[in-house]
Amino acid sequence: MAQTLLQVEDLHTQFFTRRGVVRAVDGVSLHIDAGETLGVVGESGCGKTMTALSVLRLVPDPGRITSGRILFRGRDVTKMTDDEIRDFRGNDVAMIFQDPMTSLNPVTKIGSQIEEAMTAHKRFSPQEAGVRGIQLLKRVRVPAAERRVSDYPHQFSGGMRQRAMIAMGLANEPSLLIADEPTTALDVTVQAQIIDLLKQLNRELGTAMMLITHNMALVASLCERVVVMYAGRVVEEGPVERIFKSPQHPYTWSLLRSVPRVDELRKDRLVSIKGLPPDLSNAPPGCKFHPRCPFVIDRCKREEPELAEVAPNQVARCWVLMRNVPEEAAEVTKQVVISEEAAKKLQEIPGAGS
Amino acid sequence: MQAAERQAATVAKTDPIILRVEGAYKYFPVGGLGGLSVRAVDGVDLEIRRGETMGLVGESGCGKSTLARLITALLPVTGGKITFEGQTISTLRGRSLRRIRRKIQMIFQDPFASLDPRMTVGDIIAEPLDNFNIGNHKQRMARVQELLRLVGLNPNFTNRYPHEFSGGQRQRIGIARALAVNPSFIVCDEAVSALDVSIQAQIINLLQDLQREFHLTYLFIAHDLAVVRHLSDRIAVMYLGKVVETADRRSIYEAPQHPYTRALLSSIPVPDPGIERNRAPITLKGEIPSPVNPPSGCRFHPRCPIARAPGICSDQEPPLEPHGHAGQLAACHFAGQI
Repeated sequence: MAQTLLQVEDLHTQFFTRRGVVRAVDGVSLHIDAGETLGVVGESGCGKTMTALSVLRLVPDPGRITSGRILFRGRDVTKMTDDEIRDFRGNDVAMIFQDPMTSLNPVTKIGSQIEEAMTAHKRFSPQEAGVRGIQLLKRVRVPAAERRVSDYPHQFSGGMRQRAMIAMGLANEPSLLIADEPTTALDVTVQAQIIDLLKQLNRELGTAMMLITHNMALVASLCERVVVMYAGRVVEEGPVERIFKSPQHPYTWSLLRSVPRVDELRKDRLVSIKGLPPDLSNAPPGCKFHPRCPFVIDRCKREEPELAEVAPNQVARCWVLMRNVPEEAAEVTKQVVISEEAAKKLQEIPGAGS
Repeated sequence: MQAAERQAATVAKTDPIILRVEGAYKYFPVGGLGGLSVRAVDGVDLEIRRGETMGLVGESGCGKSTLARLITALLPVTGGKITFEGQTISTLRGRSLRRIRRKIQMIFQDPFASLDPRMTVGDIIAEPLDNFNIGNHKQRMARVQELLRLVGLNPNFTNRYPHEFSGGQRQRIGIARALAVNPSFIVCDEAVSALDVSIQAQIINLLQDLQREFHLTYLFIAHDLAVVRHLSDRIAVMYLGKVVETADRRSIYEAPQHPYTRALLSSIPVPDPGIERNRAPITLKGEIPSPVNPPSGCRFHPRCPIARAPGICSDQEPPLEPHGHAGQLAACHFAGQI
């Protein structure tokens, strides 16, 4: 157990645009153990997809990995040759994307696309690949797989397309599957089927999974550990139970309280995070979240906190930490204007910032 | 916090009905021989009371957006009747139709596609005022500024263009536009679905504030049942062109009567790992059938976990009748027996 599969160390991925350097991934470190399911959460533009694309070295122009190490079973992905990286993609790590329609080739049969994934790596002969294509479609529970390998993507529904994408990802038995918003484009009942499928594959094949999503409920359902990202940085990380029960970073805390839960009838308002995520070419000084944080103190504006241990296996990047925020101050965030009052109350908190 | 207290609790059952949909049909011919049609809305009955939020949920293709377009008189009905404040929308023409349109406004899903990129924000929000010849230029501009302030934007933004705004800000512009002509009824069609979660919460809170402030009636259409349940007083569930259940926000979750509602609710993950470990979603067989040729009898029967087919479920279409709690309606032969 606990054999590290992927270790990302101080990764920086930057985009060199006319408007300046966009720091999409700004010093991210994370790891995934063999067979583990890791959730990476955050809102659009927080760098979660770019982190995943960096792992596969698929960062689009004008972006570049500028520093850091990505170790997969001890080998540094950033130093691989083109041949090695081709072998690494698909064989060791596969990725499935949000929109199954735009990720499939519309003029090629589903079966051929799955076979292509196998023959490209020369692990299977064309005959073997044909047989295995059908097996894979059965594995992801596409009914009448023998017949449907000859279908084109438009003949598949959204859910079936996502299954075909997963089958393709699994074709070479990778040890890590990166799933980028795999259910966002799907209807809820179909989403439930795909979640169930991913859980089953993780259990039966032992494929480690990195789930990238903005949906906290999905993480609760699928993942053992969570990494929360904001403005290109990891702001909190920990086991799923800890993060959901006792989030310490105000961003994690707000994310969890800004979505209504279907199993609860709230009497009060949702916590809303004021303002917008920062422009990553011109991020604020100090803590990147401070302009939006309801619990900001002076120190947050000047100094950026490091990721520090707040509980066993849980780290957070915050000077204040939610456990130091009194209940009444947290209540204030539900009102329309949240900052001033909450801030005032917080300045008086003893111990914060130490 | 009184804001949401008002929800469900204080919308009296006696509030007058502002909108009534009776046996509404909308068929779209698909061309070719045989006269086939997509039966997008296939016999819908719905009542919405003044001041309440009616949630409308269902999966893609269930007809919820078509129903929204019938209610806003953007599409004519194929059959049936829609009455708003006692007037039949479906037969109105000319000036009286325009009068109704002023009272019913819509907020759209995609804040990028629903604002003209070549118009300034001021012109976008003033357009409905121009259309209905309300006020002179100066008064319109004053109103635009007032609206921008109301939705939480800087009133000096009138000369900016939509591309200068983020998704959440654009949605605020769309809301300001909808409010410009003082409507009493607003249809929100997936109005928060395209937004990031933190921004989604801002817009949801804003919609609640505006409702309280202006005593608005909402029809809130979304596929996200959690958001719908948070915002709505009552909820209608659609499946393949029909309403299969309506109930208040409490009963719909605590005592769903239709097996489709149950499946839908059980499919939604909740942000709690402890609950998630034991949650067993009811997985439905197969996929939504084609609305061109819906199944016989109850159209949910081929996927229903409790259907008697062949039998009553494949033979007879169940009517939408009272079942379960007070005010709750369900269209299932076995409602209440599950």
